[in-house]
Amino acid sequence: MAPKPPVTAALVGRTVAAWAVTLLIFFPLGWLVLTAFKTELQAISVPPLLFFTPTLDNFVEVQRRSDYLLYAQNSVITSVISTLLGLAIAFPAAYSMAFFRSKWTRDVLMWMLSTKMMPAVGALVPIYVLAQTAGLLDTRLALIVVFMLSNLPIMVWMLYSSMRDIPNEILEAARMDGATLWQEFRRVLLPLGMGGLFSTGLLCLVLAWNEAFWSLNLTAAKAGTLAALIASYSSPEGLFWAKLSCASFMAIAPIVVFGWFSQRQLVQGLTFGAVK
Amino acid sequence: MFRLRSSLTPNGTAGAAAAPIAVPGVARAEVNRFLPRALLAPAVITLFLWMIVPLVMTIYFSVIRYNLMQPGEVGFIGLANYEYFVTDPSFWTAIINTLLLLGSVIAITVFGGVALALLIDDPFPGRGVVRVLLISPFFVMPTVNALLWKHMMMNPIYGVLAQVWHFFGATPVDWMADWPLLSVIIMVAWQWLPFATLIFVTALQSMNREQLEASRMDGARYFQQLRYLYVPHLGRSIAVVIMIETIFLLSVFAEIFTTTGGGPGDASTNLAFLIFKQALLNFDAGVASAGALVAVVLANIVAVFLIRMIGKNLD
Repeated sequence: MAPKPPVTAALVGRTVAAWAVTLLIFFPLGWLVLTAFKTELQAISVPPLLFFTPTLDNFVEVQRRSDYLLYAQNSVITSVISTLLGLAIAFPAAYSMAFFRSKWTRDVLMWMLSTKMMPAVGALVPIYVLAQTAGLLDTRLALIVVFMLSNLPIMVWMLYSSMRDIPNEILEAARMDGATLWQEFRRVLLPLGMGGLFSTGLLCLVLAWNEAFWSLNLTAAKAGTLAALIASYSSPEGLFWAKLSCASFMAIAPIVVFGWFSQRQLVQGLTFGAVK
Repeated sequence: MFRLRSSLTPNGTAGAAAAPIAVPGVARAEVNRFLPRALLAPAVITLFLWMIVPLVMTIYFSVIRYNLMQPGEVGFIGLANYEYFVTDPSFWTAIINTLLLLGSVIAITVFGGVALALLIDDPFPGRGVVRVLLISPFFVMPTVNALLWKHMMMNPIYGVLAQVWHFFGATPVDWMADWPLLSVIIMVAWQWLPFATLIFVTALQSMNREQLEASRMDGARYFQQLRYLYVPHLGRSIAVVIMIETIFLLSVFAEIFTTTGGGPGDASTNLAFLIFKQALLNFDAGVASAGALVAVVLANIVAVFLIRMIGKNLD
């Protein structure tokens, strides 16, 4: 294909159509960001305001009223630690299945995936009761464990499919040369599998950050994540759209920007390498 | 040279476990029979516990009287909880809503995603920016997604959609009250359409351009190209999109929790939300557990279809 296509009616039409649809899909998000910088009155003005003098008051107000930073801290801690823990467990498992295939490998993989298909709500009562009994309700530890476990099947699958692309011969050669397991891991597997490890980590970070079911049901004021904080803005009488938008903006901005930079790896990772 | 794959027999562990002496070369072959299992074990064990402990507890809770508010009054009541859950009129509504939500969102995202992917497949000015803007909704957490649509978009007085309706001289729609399930479908589809689009765009990049060019030379119309070249090429990625979306869509919860609360009535209650209502709003852990098992069975039925589908498509 030519790097610079000639300007034709078809190209103009396609460009206009693509941009129109894209702006339509992006509009709600753009509107959210705009509203975050409005006053409450501007936020509900009829007709809606597109141009206005932006204010930063909402940011101060959100932090003052609902301790944004505490929730942000909870989100960062739970998503990062659950991802790291999950990788530590999933990586060896994926390695084992990718390079030491047995006749059960396929069944184990399918079984792991099937645990992900169980709706989380199926485990709600037992997990709630267990957490209650162990005194772990409203703690970060409970969320870390639950996030880690619910993402584990996806991690194993993604790492497995990325490692399948590494030729077994390279590892065998290293072993023949007398490399210990640690050397094999450190010098061969890690450099070659970095891409897969990276995209798996990214995806699980996003999933944990956005996870809402468990954070809504297992946490309250102390260990709540940003997803739970935003839900608390859902009061029926509250027309505090500017503050709601501002809190939402602060909750999604880190992960959306993060997602922009890693979208290619993410999408490829999430298809378990099935779409190239 | 030993073949690692064949050296791993089902009965091979017992002897190998006793010989982890690090003599390079020779001993490694022995260690290799034990090692894969040791590396696999943590993942398998934790996942097994994660699956079996809640499952056993759920089965137990489902046959006893168990109200979280009255922890003293526990007793075996057989299948009464199941009977209660399944004969509750909300049950069938919830099943239908679950499947409607799943089916509509998959239909919207697959058809919309393929159309969008075809639209942005060839280069045009600003394609990189379009890609980034398009994927954004996928990274938005469900609670933000829900509140954004409920208030700023769908509010019947101040919402943007109401203004659009006014502009065209129509009466604004009270989305949450009149079309609760459709509202939830719109929110969820908005989140997943970008994902599907990006997968399809990625898949289209491996289309055979020469084949396309040749078919064009031979006078194939765009529709024919679509039918015989694009759609078959996308088959595998469509399967992947359906599989991944099903995993996440069967348990849509936060969007319903934060917007309609399942209502009005049961109009937007799906199975996940119905069970939640029984457990944490009615405090009836027994009925909720029975419901959870029903949900697990439903998920398994869907999973069997899916695993067959991926089994065919991922090998």
